[in-house]
Amino acid sequence: MAEPVSEQMIRVTINGEVYEREVEARRLLVHFLRDVLDLTGTHVGCDTGNCGACTVLLDGRSVKSCMVLAIQADGAQVTTVEGLAADGELTPLQRAFSRFHALQCGYCTPGMLISATYLLEQNPHPTEEEIRRGIQGNICRCTGYVNIVEAIKAAAEGQV
Amino acid sequence: MLLRQVEYARPETVDEAVRLLASRDDARALAGGQSLINVMKTRVASPELVVDLNRIGEMRGIAVGADGSLAVGAMATYADVIASPEVRSRRPILAEVAATIADVQVRNRGTIGGNLCVSDPTNHLPPVALAQGWSMTIRALASERTVGAEEFFQGVYVTAVAPGELLTRVTVPALRAREGDGWAALTLGRDGTGIVNVAATVFEGQARIAIGCVAAVPVVLTATADEVSVRQAVRRAALDPPSDVHASGEYRRHVAEVLAARAVARALERAEG
Repeated sequence: MAEPVSEQMIRVTINGEVYEREVEARRLLVHFLRDVLDLTGTHVGCDTGNCGACTVLLDGRSVKSCMVLAIQADGAQVTTVEGLAADGELTPLQRAFSRFHALQCGYCTPGMLISATYLLEQNPHPTEEEIRRGIQGNICRCTGYVNIVEAIKAAAEGQV
Repeated sequence: MLLRQVEYARPETVDEAVRLLASRDDARALAGGQSLINVMKTRVASPELVVDLNRIGEMRGIAVGADGSLAVGAMATYADVIASPEVRSRRPILAEVAATIADVQVRNRGTIGGNLCVSDPTNHLPPVALAQGWSMTIRALASERTVGAEEFFQGVYVTAVAPGELLTRVTVPALRAREGDGWAALTLGRDGTGIVNVAATVFEGQARIAIGCVAAVPVVLTATADEVSVRQAVRRAALDPPSDVHASGEYRRHVAEVLAARAVARALERAEG
């Protein structure tokens, strides 16, 4: 795409499914997921790149989808919270979040789960300090961090 | 948030990118987007055209030159730098400082070139670039030039990269024998925005110090690498930092002196280690 466009057909693989849609260049990835594809698991929190509620995996790396244009994801693989329990069975992290009461209002949970999933992929046995730094980009305004950290630790240690 | 209408291009080579950047008065390079997309939301920036650099492979590499210097592509992300064996062996402070920028998601996306070109007074890398004497390679339509860090940073959000130009790579000089780097910062939260940050490099008992967050661009000082001399040099610089909700100017001035002494002490340990 060496010539400027204001809209473009893009092809993105999301949670294993291929989507082809025409998008405006100005559309953020998070709005493409939510408003175009109705994948509303990914939340919009602050919309300023601070809170991490919109975190998804883009080609395997955690990113805040409010700071990526949808058109930039052309050809990419995206994983959202809907893609974690792909076969209908919760992942160990999701089970741990449930068991350890790692959510109160639940608004931050999709982003928190994606960040925790990424953390354990990069570092399967993190220390508590590494867990805390791993979710630093995700804000829980219920301040339920203690249980979130416990849940991630339990998932890492295979306790769920 | 819905951005203003914008056109988008995704070149795959530096040549294509500079052609696109030079094709409009109001074209902007889109690197990691961790600043630009946010300022586009607030309409602080409303470019007509964004030129996405993310598919330009030649801007991403990190290589060691014949003289031991590091050539870091402007599109290397913080995560790339943190994971780079070349950086870890040649100039580890760069990886250590990059690992304290914002959070995991921002480090996965944000780039070395973006951090430098934004030239936000609180950014981490401008002081490091000035203390270590980096040089920046800038491509224009039909020419290329290399400028030193002191010429590169020109003001708040202003660098030597003119409209239509592109920072393609930075060169980080090799550490010499008995040379060491230090970093000290006071931040909002663990890896948050800097209140003051200081990079220092010590070589043969002389310290080169760059203090960030206290002026439009980092303030560069030299001093003998001992605490008394460093503190004296910072006091003599008569810093006039801004006051804001996080810290008064007077407090920043005090912290600058303390952090400069700490950064030099760490650099000295490494120079001798």
